[in-house]
Amino acid sequence: MSNPQRTIEVRFHGRGGQGAVTASIILAEAAALEGLYSQAFPEFGPERRGAPVKAYTRISKEHIKTRAPILNPDIVVVLDPSLHPSTYMQGLKKDGLLVLNSKKGAKSIAEELSVGKVMVVDATGIALRNLRAPIVNVAMLGALARVLEEVSLDSIAKATLKAIFNIKWEGNIASLLEASIIGEAVLGNIRALNEAYRLTEVYIA
Amino acid sequence: MSWKEIPIGGIIVEAGNSVKRKTGDWRVFKPVIDQDKCTRCLICWMYCPDGVIEIRDISYKTSTGRLWTTTLEINYDHCKGCAICAEECPVNAIELVEEVK
Amino acid sequence: MESMLESRARQVRVLLNSNYAVAYAARDADVDVVAAYPITPQTGVVEKLSEMIANGELDAEMIHVESEHSALSAIIGASAVGARVFTATSSQGLEFMHELLHIASGMRLPLVMSVATRALSAPINIWNDYSDLMNVRDSSWITLIASTAQEVYDSIIEAFMVSEDPRVLLPSIVAYDGFWMSHTYEPLYIPEDRRVVSKILPRRPRYVLDPDNPITIGSLVNPDWYYEIKYQQVEAMKEAYRVIREADTKIKYYLGRAYEPIESYMAEDSEILVLTYGGAYETLQSAVDMMRSEGLRVGALKLRLWRPFPVEDLKSKVGDAENLIVVDRAISYGASIEGPAALEVIAAFYKGKSCPTISSFIAGIGGRPVSEEDFKGIVKKALKLGDKALKMGSIHWGVRGASYE
Repeated sequence: MSNPQRTIEVRFHGRGGQGAVTASIILAEAAALEGLYSQAFPEFGPERRGAPVKAYTRISKEHIKTRAPILNPDIVVVLDPSLHPSTYMQGLKKDGLLVLNSKKGAKSIAEELSVGKVMVVDATGIALRNLRAPIVNVAMLGALARVLEEVSLDSIAKATLKAIFNIKWEGNIASLLEASIIGEAVLGNIRALNEAYRLTEVYIA
Repeated sequence: MSWKEIPIGGIIVEAGNSVKRKTGDWRVFKPVIDQDKCTRCLICWMYCPDGVIEIRDISYKTSTGRLWTTTLEINYDHCKGCAICAEECPVNAIELVEEVK
Repeated sequence: MESMLESRARQVRVLLNSNYAVAYAARDADVDVVAAYPITPQTGVVEKLSEMIANGELDAEMIHVESEHSALSAIIGASAVGARVFTATSSQGLEFMHELLHIASGMRLPLVMSVATRALSAPINIWNDYSDLMNVRDSSWITLIASTAQEVYDSIIEAFMVSEDPRVLLPSIVAYDGFWMSHTYEPLYIPEDRRVVSKILPRRPRYVLDPDNPITIGSLVNPDWYYEIKYQQVEAMKEAYRVIREADTKIKYYLGRAYEPIESYMAEDSEILVLTYGGAYETLQSAVDMMRSEGLRVGALKLRLWRPFPVEDLKSKVGDAENLIVVDRAISYGASIEGPAALEVIAAFYKGKSCPTISSFIAGIGGRPVSEEDFKGIVKKALKLGDKALKMGSIHWGVRGASYE
């Protein structure tokens, strides 16, 4: 996904309470930590638990001027496998990437939805193992870190700590996993992030 | 005086300057205290909306021989003649007299 | 706008939405009293400030009130005894404050308020436009409209600088887009040490209620002097312009960011200029880039200072441009030209030496997005209509069934 000239536009899909909005903010924070420009915003309106939710992130090497909604994202991240493809496939660029929380294989999804680039991770399984709750947003970011050249896994880990727990961390993810001063909830998130990064299946047609 | 000289926002910087504005000529009836009947209870002093009942250190001996160390006087420069004092006086010691100007 | 220029203060880069940027600015301005009532999309401001006060980051009194009317009343009282005060609101909340807006400015109290702009009911709509802000334009509040979270932060500091200046003593509003900015996270720089803000914002003496030195604020004034006292506000508003320019210089010196009453982008050699305000200015710049690559000599202007209205800045920025397109985000119902900013712009150019062809468009009402394509379409339409455009009044962009031929 290297494209220095242009803004990368990401759209997150989930349900209220799964952390799609927080995921968009963590990604923007991670990009900001890399010295990049970023923008994160939810789909505006009343907040309702369980209702389909959209959130957006833009990343660029230059100051981002536009405030228009993202209609044609480069990347679509789907946090909830039960959402209908018609909701999240809308407007995805022809050479765009779909990142899906699913137990299915990447190739079969690519063929089913006719998308060229698909990444699949069982984020629900990872979240349940590490957090004992189906909060999948951090796991999805771990998957995303595999393809985003602009934003490293370390930055996403730091941004996660900052955005969710308001903790400033200077080291890398390896040192974080060994740190004893950090609580179980924080560590669970970082483990989920790391595990998703490793277990993500990438399919490019 | 122009807009430049007056304090901003109509702020009154001189506290208690209402003394300067005499309102006594608004009266139609003038309250007069009967020092003989007055029991110095100070209810008129409490009720007066303009604070014109003044407590003076002047002694007064009533017709029945009682000696008061104070006398209540009305400041007629500021009394508007509203008659609240007369209405509230429990011993009807305040009489309203038609003002002759 | 490039955010980091040469500056005196060491600064840190943080990711905040504009609501939080407001809260950080109020914190750094070291406000003493905050009274506010939560309303979408402003709620984040009050939440963040409550959090800062609760965790000891900000030493201030948070007065929880039952309405916006009380919120403004409470800080009017607090300001009258000498406190540095702050509130925030949106939409119906600002409307509910309306009578007190005039009381605050008439009493010459240096309050600062942020407004996350939002459409007005009915029909009920929580999304963005500028109907709420434009409705209070005659209430004698200095009004700045920001278009980035960075500018929101800087403008709150600037608003205190201007409002508290003894030559001004009028309250200020800092407005920004509800949702499009209030809920959008973006990087900005804030001072590492907030004492730098205290340096730009010294506590200044003014008339306050003090039992040891009694004065009366808010007395009745008869017809014999009322006009003179209101005329003081007319002069203070004019004076505010100069003080704002001085504050701009100080902000640039200490924080490294340069602001102007009318901001411009690619305007110098432009034949066509598009003027708007708030977050839409960002999208407009992106649209200008696109139109420039198609060979159109077009530039963007932003109205940053709404009250006092910067007539001379506008004229000098417009220069010899042939076309000036004003894109408003609010409707003045029944007006000769229904765009509030367009009306002011036309008045500014009346019988001037050079006057461009002006057209008035209204877009983005009730949260409808204004995209690059919209701005391109607006420019195309304005060029096609030319002088005829203004004869039709304001053009309501994108309204189904409204036609302008």
